Amino acid sequence: MNAIQYDVMTALPEILVLCMAMFILLLDLFLKPSNRFLIYVLSQLTLLGAAVLTTVTHVPAVGYAFSGLFVDDPLADVLKLGVYLSTAVTLVYTRQYTALRGMFRGEFYALVLFSTLGMMIMISGQHFLTLYMGLELLSLCLYALVALDRDNANSTEAAMKYFVLGALASGMLLYGMSMLYGVTGSLNVSGVADALLSGAPDHGVLVLGLVFIVAGLAFKLGAAPFQMWVPDVYHGAPTAITMFIGSATKIAAFAMVIRLLVQAMFVLAVDWQGMLVIMAIMSMIVGNIAAIAQTNIKRMLAYSTISHIGFLLLGFLSASLNGYASATFYILSYVLMTLAGFGIILLLSRKGFEADRLEDLKGLNQRSPWYAFMMLIVMFSMAGIPPTLGFYAKFTVLQSALQAGFVALVVFAVLMALIGAFYYLRVVKYMYFDEPEDHSPIVAPVDMKLVLSINAIGLLILGMLPQRLMDVCAYAIIHSIQ
Amino acid sequence: MSNVQSLYIWIPLLPLIAAAIVGLFGRQLPRASAHWITIAGVAAAFSLSVCVFMNALDGHVFNGAVYTWLTSGGSQFEVGFLVDRLTATMMVVVTFVSLMVHIYTIGYMHEDPGYSRFFSYISLFTFSMLMLVMSNNFMQLFFGWEAVGLVSYLLIGFWFKRPTAIYANLKAFLVNRVGDFGFLLGISMVLYYLGSLDYAAVFSIAPQFADTKVTLIPGTEWSLMTVICILLFIGAMGKSAQVPLHVWLPDSMEGPTPISALIHAATMVTAGIFMVARMSPLYELSTTALSFVLVIGAITALFMGFLGIIQNDIKRVVAYSTLSQLGYMTVALGVSAYSVAIFHLMTHAFFKALLFLGAGSVIMGMHHDQDMRNMGALRKYMPITWVTSLIGSLALIGTPLFSGFYSKDSIIEAAQFSQIPGSGFAYFAVLAGVFVTAFYSFRMYFLVFHGKEKWMQSGHHAHEQQHAHHDEHAHDADHGDSHTDDEHEEHHGLGPHDKPHESPWVVTIPLILLAIPSVFIGYFAIEPMLFGNYFHDIIYVNHEAHGAMHMLAHHFHGAGAMALHGLTSLPFILAASGVALAWFFYMKRPDIPAAIQARCSLIYYILDNKYGFDSFNEKFFAAGSRFLGGKLWHYGDVKLIDGFLVNGTAHLIGRIAGLVRRLQTGLIYHYAFAMIIGVFLLLTFFMKI
Repeated sequence: MNAIQYDVMTALPEILVLCMAMFILLLDLFLKPSNRFLIYVLSQLTLLGAAVLTTVTHVPAVGYAFSGLFVDDPLADVLKLGVYLSTAVTLVYTRQYTALRGMFRGEFYALVLFSTLGMMIMISGQHFLTLYMGLELLSLCLYALVALDRDNANSTEAAMKYFVLGALASGMLLYGMSMLYGVTGSLNVSGVADALLSGAPDHGVLVLGLVFIVAGLAFKLGAAPFQMWVPDVYHGAPTAITMFIGSATKIAAFAMVIRLLVQAMFVLAVDWQGMLVIMAIMSMIVGNIAAIAQTNIKRMLAYSTISHIGFLLLGFLSASLNGYASATFYILSYVLMTLAGFGIILLLSRKGFEADRLEDLKGLNQRSPWYAFMMLIVMFSMAGIPPTLGFYAKFTVLQSALQAGFVALVVFAVLMALIGAFYYLRVVKYMYFDEPEDHSPIVAPVDMKLVLSINAIGLLILGMLPQRLMDVCAYAIIHSIQ
Repeated sequence: MSNVQSLYIWIPLLPLIAAAIVGLFGRQLPRASAHWITIAGVAAAFSLSVCVFMNALDGHVFNGAVYTWLTSGGSQFEVGFLVDRLTATMMVVVTFVSLMVHIYTIGYMHEDPGYSRFFSYISLFTFSMLMLVMSNNFMQLFFGWEAVGLVSYLLIGFWFKRPTAIYANLKAFLVNRVGDFGFLLGISMVLYYLGSLDYAAVFSIAPQFADTKVTLIPGTEWSLMTVICILLFIGAMGKSAQVPLHVWLPDSMEGPTPISALIHAATMVTAGIFMVARMSPLYELSTTALSFVLVIGAITALFMGFLGIIQNDIKRVVAYSTLSQLGYMTVALGVSAYSVAIFHLMTHAFFKALLFLGAGSVIMGMHHDQDMRNMGALRKYMPITWVTSLIGSLALIGTPLFSGFYSKDSIIEAAQFSQIPGSGFAYFAVLAGVFVTAFYSFRMYFLVFHGKEKWMQSGHHAHEQQHAHHDEHAHDADHGDSHTDDEHEEHHGLGPHDKPHESPWVVTIPLILLAIPSVFIGYFAIEPMLFGNYFHDIIYVNHEAHGAMHMLAHHFHGAGAMALHGLTSLPFILAASGVALAWFFYMKRPDIPAAIQARCSLIYYILDNKYGFDSFNEKFFAAGSRFLGGKLWHYGDVKLIDGFLVNGTAHLIGRIAGLVRRLQTGLIYHYAFAMIIGVFLLLTFFMKI
C-alpha cells in the first residue's frame, strides 16, 4: 500500500456537505415558506459541488487521512458519485410529492444532506468507529425522515419499528466489532487485516464476532433473515423517503460490506462466504416468492430489493476482484432501476392519492404510453430481461459466482429470477392489457419528466453498452483493494 | 488510408439510418421523401463503395475491429470489417443493384399504400447485406445472415393481406431455419474446435486441424474439417436455395418484383456462394465437402432448369433460372474455382436483376398480369424493355462476348478439368443445363415479346382459369394478380381494348444501366479476376489436389480469343439449338408443346409437381411436425408442463408466498425474534469450537 498522508483536503466533499446541511437548517428558520425553493436549489448545488470536489481530487491511488480513520480510494469516489447522483435524482423526483404533502421543508433537505454525509463517511470509513459513526448518522436521519409525516399513523409506526430493529442491529454490529477488537487488538480496517493475516489467534471468537457483524450488515442491506423491517418500512414511509432508503443507502451499506468483510476480514473469507451463501439463498427465496403475494407496489418493490440483495451477495462469493467489480456494477444498476421505479410511482401520485397499489398502474398505456414504456423498461430491467441493464448486472454476478464454482447456486438463482419475472411482468400486464380505473391526467414538473425519461432510457442504453460502466467498476475495485 | 477506414463504418450505416428514418417516421413525412431519403443513403453507400473498391484495387486490405460487443470466457465478440478485393467487389455489386432497384421501385410501387415501408425494408436489406459481406468474423456474418433472412421474410410477405404471400414467407422462413441451424452448428464447431470466430485466426489455424477426427456419434469418426464445411454449406444451401432446400425461392416470387430482383436474384441468395468463397481456406482442406458441394450444385443447376420450361408465370421462369444459375455457381465452388463462382455471381447479379426488372416492367405494362400465355408482341409497345430483356437473355444463355458467356463457360470448363469425385456428373449437368437454359429463356422471350397479341382474345378468359387453378392449389402461388386489396382489384390484366405501354423513365433507366454491365463486364473482368492476382491471398486454392483452376488458366488466351473459340464450342452449339428449338416450338408450331405435354403426361406431372419436393415436405415434414407437435402439446404441454410443472409450481409458490406473507405479522417482537434466530442459526452453522 502506498500510504500517502493527506490532510483535511481529503475529506473536502464531506466538509462541504456538513457545512451546507447546517447552513440550510439555519437558513430555513429565516426563510418565508414561499421562498423554500431556494433550499431545494441549494441542496442540489451542494450535491453538485460535492461531486465536483470528489472528481477533482480523484487520484487512482489509496490515500489515508485523520491518522488512518478515513480513506479516499477510487472505490470511495465512484460510490460517492453514485450516492450524489442517486440523492440528487431523488430530490428531483420528490419535489412535487413533498410539496403536496407539507414535507417541502428545511428539515427534509437538512436530514437528506445529513444522511448523505453519513453515507459518505460510511463509504470512506477506514476505522470501525468511523464506520459506525457514519452508520448511526445515516440511521438516525432515516428514522426521522420516515416519521417526517408525523400525523400519519403508518409512518410513525414504520419509524418506530425501524428504530427499534435498527438499534438492535447496530448493537449486534458493535458487539461483533468489539469481539474483533478483543482478538486483534485493533479497530482499524487495515490493522485488523494485518493482525488476521499474521495468524488468527482464536478462530472461534473471530467467527462469533463475524456472525454479529454479518448480521448487522445484513440488516442494513435488507438480506434475509434480517429483512423483516424492509416491507413494513417501505410501505409505511412516505414514498419519497422509501425511494431514498431503497436507493442511495444501499450503496453505503455495500461500501461497508467491502470495508469490513473484504478489506478487514479477507482471511475469514471461507467463513463469511458460507454465511453469504445462506443469506443469498434465503433472500432470493423470500424476495421473489413473497413479492408474488403483494398487492402494494411499494411492498412489492421491498421484496424486489430483498431479492436483488440476494443476487448482489452472489458477487461476493467468488472473493475475487472480478466478483467485487460485478457486485459494484450490480449495486449501481440496482440503484438506477430503483430510482426509476419509484420515480414512476411518484409521477402517478397526486395530492391525497398515493399511487402505490398495483391496480393504480392498470391501463397506464392508455393514459400515457410514454411512461408506460418507461415503466416497462424498469420492470424488464428488474426482471433481468435483455437488453436492459438488469440483465447484464445479473449476468456478471452469476458469471463470477460460476467461475468460483457455485454451479448449483447459480442454477438456483436463475430459477428464482424466473419466478421473480412473474411479478415484474404482471405489472407490465396491468399497464398494457387492463383498462384504466383512473383517468386523471398525469401532472409533473418538466425536470422530473425529463430526468425520469433519461433514467429509464439509460437502463436500456447501459444495458446495450455496459462496457464503460463495467470498466469504471473494475477500475475502482482494482485500484482500491489489494 | 485512415480516412478511408473511417468511411467503412458509414457504408452500412447510411442505409440503416435512412431505413430507420423512413421506417419510423414514414407516415409523418411526405410520400416522396421516402424514396429521396433512402436513395440518398444507398447512393452515398454506393459512391463510398466505389472509393473503397478503388482503394482495394491498389492492394489495400483493412482487417480490424470497430466495436467490441462482448468479451466472454476469453472469446471476443466484435463488430469488425475485413475489406479486401472480394469484399469490395461484393460491396459495389450490392450497392449498385440496390441503387437501381431503389430507383426502379419509385415506378413499380407507385400506387402501393405501403410505399415508405417498402423503401425502409430495402434500405434495411442493403445494410444487412453490407454487414454480411464486410464482416471479419463468423458472429457478424451470422448476424448479417439472419438480418437479410429477416428482411427477405418481411418483403416476401409484403402484401400481407394475401394468404399466398403469408404462406410463402412462412415457408421461406422455415426452410431457411433448417439451413441456418446447420450454419449455426458449423459456426459453433469452429468456435469450439478452432477457438476463435475471427476469420484470419481461424484460417491460419485451420491447416493444423486438417487431419483431426471427431467422434460425433459414438463409434464413428469424421474428419473435423469435412463436418464443419458441410455444416456451413447447409447454411449456404438454405440461403442460396440449393436442392433440397430450394423450395422457398419459387414461392418467394409472391413479393413485389423489385425485391425479387434485389434479394432473390442478385444479392441475398448469393450470400451462400460468397460465404463459401470466403471460407475457401477451410473448404480446400476437405475434398469430401467439396464433392458434396459439387454434386448438390450440379443437381440444382440441371433439375431446376427443367422446371423453368413448364412455368407460365413470367416471374417463376426467372426464379427457376435463378435457381439453376445458383447451381452453376455452387458447381464452381465445388471444383475449387471460387473466383469463377464470384465472377459468375457478379455477372449474374447484373443480368438477372435486369431480367427481373424487365419482367417487372412487363408486368406493369400488362397491368399486373403475370401469365405469359396472355402476353405476346410486346416489343412493339415496350421497346426499351424489349431490348434490355433481350440483352439479359443473351447474357444468361451465354452468348459469346456477353458477360454471362465468360462466367458460365469458365464454370463449364472448370467442371471439365476437375478431377474430384462427382465432377463427371457435374460436367454433364452444367453442359445439359446450357441447352435447357437457352430453351426456357427464349421460350419466355418469344412468348412475351413476339407472336400474336394474345391479351386481345384471351385476357379475361385465361384469368378466370387462373382463379380456378388458384383454388385447386390454395397455397401454390402462380396466379396473376399482385394485389388482393380491394382498391386494386379492378385492374389486373389488360382488357381486350387496352394496350400495354412502356414503363416510366424511373423504370427504364435502371434497365439501361443494368444492361451495360450485363454486356461488357465479363469481357473486361475475366482476365484480372480469374487469372490475375485479383484474389491473391484472399481465395486460397490447393492447386495440387484441386487443379481445375490451374488448368483453366493454362487454356486461357485472352477474352477476345475465348469469345472466338466460344463460337465453335459445344456449349454455344447447345445454347443455339436451345434457342432454335424454342423458336420452333413457340413461334412456328405452337401445337407441338401441347402435343408433347399430352404424350408425356408423366414427365409433365413430375415437373408440374416440382419433383414432389413440396408435397413431400407438406406430407412428411409439415404433417409430421404437426402430429408430433399435437402429441407433445397434449401430453407434454397440457398435462406435464401446464398441469404438473407450471400450475403445480405456481400453486406451490403461491402457497409459500402466502406463508411468507403470514410470517410478516407486523409485530415488532416477531421481527426481532426472527433476527435473533438468524444470528443463532449462523452461529450454529459456523462456530466450530
